[in-house]
Amino acid sequence: MKTAAIVIGAAAFAATMIAALLDLPPSAIHLPRLVDANLPVSGVTHPVTAVLLNFRGYDTMLEIGVLLLALLIVLAVGTHDGADAAPTADPMLQTFARLAASLMALVAVYLLWAGARQPGGAFQAGAVLAAAAVLLHLAGVLPAWREPGALLRSGLAAGFLVFLFVAMALLSQGTLLQYPHAAAGSLILLIEFALTISLGLILAGLFLFLSGGQGSDS
Amino acid sequence: MSSGLIFAITGVVLFAMGSAGMLLVAHLLRRILAFNLMGSGAFLILVGLAQRGGTPDPVPQAMVLTGIVVAVAATALALALLRKLHTLNGRTELPRVEDD
Repeated sequence: MKTAAIVIGAAAFAATMIAALLDLPPSAIHLPRLVDANLPVSGVTHPVTAVLLNFRGYDTMLEIGVLLLALLIVLAVGTHDGADAAPTADPMLQTFARLAASLMALVAVYLLWAGARQPGGAFQAGAVLAAAAVLLHLAGVLPAWREPGALLRSGLAAGFLVFLFVAMALLSQGTLLQYPHAAAGSLILLIEFALTISLGLILAGLFLFLSGGQGSDS
Repeated sequence: MSSGLIFAITGVVLFAMGSAGMLLVAHLLRRILAFNLMGSGAFLILVGLAQRGGTPDPVPQAMVLTGIVVAVAATALALALLRKLHTLNGRTELPRVEDD
């Protein structure tokens, strides 16, 4: 009875939404034109990167804050539950994982650098770095992370702190995150570099901290 | 019908499936999956609607990129909480409300 009601409700919702989508007039504000018009002053030439780090930089700053918060909660909840997976010790797999991880680091740097002109950027590069760390961990090369040390802590927080510092430094001009035209490109690259490191560490940490085992504190 | 509109309609269907799943499924892992399905549907609606006219709009694309990364973090957090729940009392479902 309850199941039928929920299924009918979801179907009715979908039908109403689809009817509304089919009826929807074209949007009154033409955002791509606005972005194109302002692209020359943004410091980068790829529109998505310009939106992420310049026009809507505030969103991106809050996003890295949300990610950091999620990782802090994961750490606070406590991750050790004694379920330590035995690491595989296949030398073939480990050698290949090392090889692939070094190539992935290279790809991450390229993605970061390419982000100014073509699809790419800090998020993609950070995701590739995190994937490399997860690959190394699953192959048994990289042990699971326990308590983060000082270096790891600063790496995790670097992206948010650099972003926040730049935002505060630019606050003297009146507007949050309004880059001066001449320095916009280098400021964006600096922020993206810090973001890449932090994103890679945070995303990898979400996996590697959870994967830690055989602690006795729970 | 443009391809963007088809993406948006697929997104609506995914969202509806995900929300029905959220309500119907009791196992928390599946509920997290259903929640992710809802998120993917919302992202598809945003991106699909924005390129109805033919040219992709960079603003929703950037927003969706942000959203995907946040969704990954939220999923990891939910999984961590689920693992803690499982460690503490061996359950993978939330307790039922009695007066239901």
